[in-house]
Amino acid sequence: MGLKRPDLETKISNLLSPLVVAGAGGALVLIALVPQLAALIREQLQANLSPTAAAVAASAIGVGATVFLVGQLPVFLIWFERKVAAHIQDRLGPMRVGWHGVLQSFADGIKLVFKEDIIVNGADRFLFKLAPFLVLMGAFSAFAVLPWHTGLVVSDLNIGLLYVVAITSLGSIGLLMAGWASNNKYALYGGMRSAAQMVSYEIPTAIVILSVVVQVGSLNLQDVISAQLGGFGNFANWHIFRLYGLNVIGFVLFFICGLAETNRSPFDIPEAESELVAGFHTEYSGIRFGLFFLAEYGAMFFVAGLTVVLYLGGWSGPFFEGPLVFFIKTLALVFVQMWLRWTLPRLRVDQLMALCWKYVIPFAFLVLLVAALASAGAS
Amino acid sequence: METLGPQIIFWAFAALMLGSAFIVVHGKNLVRSAFSLLATFFSAAVFYVMLGADFLAGVQLLVYVGGILTLLVFGVMLTNRIYNLNLETQTFQVLPGALVSLAVFVILTTVVVRTPWSQSALIEDGPTTPIIGRALMTEYVLPFEIASVLLLVALLGAAMLVRRRTDL
Repeated sequence: MGLKRPDLETKISNLLSPLVVAGAGGALVLIALVPQLAALIREQLQANLSPTAAAVAASAIGVGATVFLVGQLPVFLIWFERKVAAHIQDRLGPMRVGWHGVLQSFADGIKLVFKEDIIVNGADRFLFKLAPFLVLMGAFSAFAVLPWHTGLVVSDLNIGLLYVVAITSLGSIGLLMAGWASNNKYALYGGMRSAAQMVSYEIPTAIVILSVVVQVGSLNLQDVISAQLGGFGNFANWHIFRLYGLNVIGFVLFFICGLAETNRSPFDIPEAESELVAGFHTEYSGIRFGLFFLAEYGAMFFVAGLTVVLYLGGWSGPFFEGPLVFFIKTLALVFVQMWLRWTLPRLRVDQLMALCWKYVIPFAFLVLLVAALASAGAS
Repeated sequence: METLGPQIIFWAFAALMLGSAFIVVHGKNLVRSAFSLLATFFSAAVFYVMLGADFLAGVQLLVYVGGILTLLVFGVMLTNRIYNLNLETQTFQVLPGALVSLAVFVILTTVVVRTPWSQSALIEDGPTTPIIGRALMTEYVLPFEIASVLLLVALLGAAMLVRRRTDL
């Protein structure tokens, strides 16, 4: 519409967008090759270092790789979300910065880094600064137990699922902290709503997870996946197809709880923009706001990944298996999360609580009861 | 290397635990005290991990950080910002307080030093979850069930207190 872009900008974006697209493709190949790479690295480490040093180095590399991946994911997911949103609303979405807007997130990221870091008057400065890190820590630490392939997990904890439920509660404390420290009533309401929501939905989440634990007999995520291997076409044993079809209910319940735990629409009342400006992050700007964004998209991916591990067989699949299969399944679920966000209206607070306590929890108990009876009958 | 790493972690978290506990008790700002409790609970979880009690560490985080602390902060925030109450803590009765804490300290230290602690052989690190589960369902099933009923009663009571009274 008569807007003429400067030449330099066009040049840069023409140069960078193939790079970004190629980089994304390369990342997928890299994810597919991770088991081989990991085996190679492990071999080298064990050959050259003492056992303890090798173990420490291996976990350091694992943590580094995970943090790198999880740090990059939101950049892609934010662009993806904007495109999904746009196409659902019959728009094009970001098109200007790079090929189909692939550079948009990078531009936004650079903008966020260079924005002024504003801390409002009357804010509790220490807690205000601490809160985004706590939220990010809660979201990212959970990735430590997410298995990508056999033996390919940062920490093969035997209390993996308990750890997941426990560590994500750090995030809700962080949101409360952000809401309180901002010294803003909208932020405070947002923080309290999110805490109330997370505390309520933690209960059905834990019960649904427990129903899977009862069927598997272990809290370890790798054990959960190995219980789903084999069967017809290597997918008939997935939990979603078992327990007389009741696990479908469990799957749906867990997905609903996942949406609520990550404050995603239709459960996004903590940041309902029509009521609370932006909820708990109203007063945050610049990179601190960016950290909240990173945590949200990281948590989205994690919840989708956990759903895949619990019900959709993790990294196992009918034709291929490995990290790429896991990644694709998880992305598909993330797509469903985005689809729902742009389709459903937001729930009211009372509807939210009624849904949790009157519908989700009773059904979760039903699934748990049947799972327990079935396992007792089997053993 | 084998012992230095755990040593450093132990002392770092011991310092964190004591420091944050000090803030909880002596902090003037109630909300900050509540948030400082987070570090105390977290350090306790770290100690459980170092002692090989992995299940207990998870439960510590889940119950204390995820449940109790969230509710505590929630309550403090509700009363503080929304009703404009001044929630500064004050220090009074310094001398009796100091005497009582000193007495408790002396009693605890005496007990710790005097008790003939039985030394058991080093138990190998391993998953504790199955052991705890089995013990709860067999030997300690009565206390377990009593605790469950107690919690259920508390839940019902809470729902009863906040229910919408249509009959009034």
